[in-house]
Amino acid sequence: MGLLDYKFENSNIVITSLDNLLNWARLSSLWQMQFGLACCAIEMMAASASNYDMMRFGVIPRATPRQTDVMIVSGTVTLKMASRIKRLYDQMAEPRYVISMGSCSNCGGPYWEHGYHVLKGVDRVIPVDVYVPGCPPRPEALLEGLMKLQEKVRNESLAKKAV
Amino acid sequence: MTIVAKAVPTCRGGFCFCEKMLCAQFVDGTLANVFLTIGQVLVILAAVFQAVFRPFSRHSPSLAEKLMLTEFGKILIFFIIGAMFVAGGLIASWLLRPNRPYPGKLAPYECGEEPVGHAWVRFNVRFYVIALIFLIFEVEVVFLFPWALVYRELGLFAFIEMAVFLTILLVGFVYLWAKGDLDWDKPRPQVPTLDQIRRVHVETEQEQAVAAS
Repeated sequence: MGLLDYKFENSNIVITSLDNLLNWARLSSLWQMQFGLACCAIEMMAASASNYDMMRFGVIPRATPRQTDVMIVSGTVTLKMASRIKRLYDQMAEPRYVISMGSCSNCGGPYWEHGYHVLKGVDRVIPVDVYVPGCPPRPEALLEGLMKLQEKVRNESLAKKAV
Repeated sequence: MTIVAKAVPTCRGGFCFCEKMLCAQFVDGTLANVFLTIGQVLVILAAVFQAVFRPFSRHSPSLAEKLMLTEFGKILIFFIIGAMFVAGGLIASWLLRPNRPYPGKLAPYECGEEPVGHAWVRFNVRFYVIALIFLIFEVEVVFLFPWALVYRELGLFAFIEMAVFLTILLVGFVYLWAKGDLDWDKPRPQVPTLDQIRRVHVETEQEQAVAAS
């Protein structure tokens, strides 16, 4: 545990002020793990490109899990990839978040019934914060998922019991 | 909120850049140590102040002159502020970050694959020779730039000086070229011929026959 992390039972004005600052800093620089799995990754790239410009939310792709805050699982999670995803998630530094993008990583999608090689939802191996539906989701949908995640980060607290 | 620091070692006085100066001091019963540390910090600050501000002057100095920065003083202040920024970032992140290590998280990152071997990889010793050669000729270029700036003022003298310098380096270059340090040895795997394989096969068969009999 860090020095201040979850060390307080109840919050007070000092902690909530610190929370506000900390959460604002965290949600404004959600660095993204630079990897894509399938066709959803094309939409994720479109969201990063200049038309949708995900970088204005502070989402910068980083090539190592040590520097990333959010993992966007964009596409079909095959069983082979699932163990890699688990390992990469393990190696991310906390606080870490996961956006599951598209039907495949939400629940298996079109491979739900007969996909012998597809994990039926990435939440079977790692905890997911935001599910973005679609096959594939449009870049706007990914951006909304990102904003939902920002809302989630905004309400976090150092205290065990938030106000 | 109480900040619990590590066990505070007793101080022998004087200048003592020990751990206790760096960690939080608000522990019950160690108030004396706190005051001691504050005293040390004050002494250090006074020393820094003396180093930064010039205390002496030829004529009777006014206060403004006493407080004048030397050129090295500015550099010292720059270093102090730089160190403060680094330390501030590290301390803030130490305070605020969650720290929940486990073996999976601490494992070396190898692009999501299972880590193989140790993270301290050995490099080929041939890189050492190349790095050394590079360093020598980099220094040569470093000397060439200021030489080019003052070349017109110094004239023939500068030309001869640099010619001597370059000749010495050139001799070294010829030496290492002749010695073959620039050749990158490629591994030459010895592929066994069919005859060798057959011979080994026959030998093992004979050994087995001897062992069986």
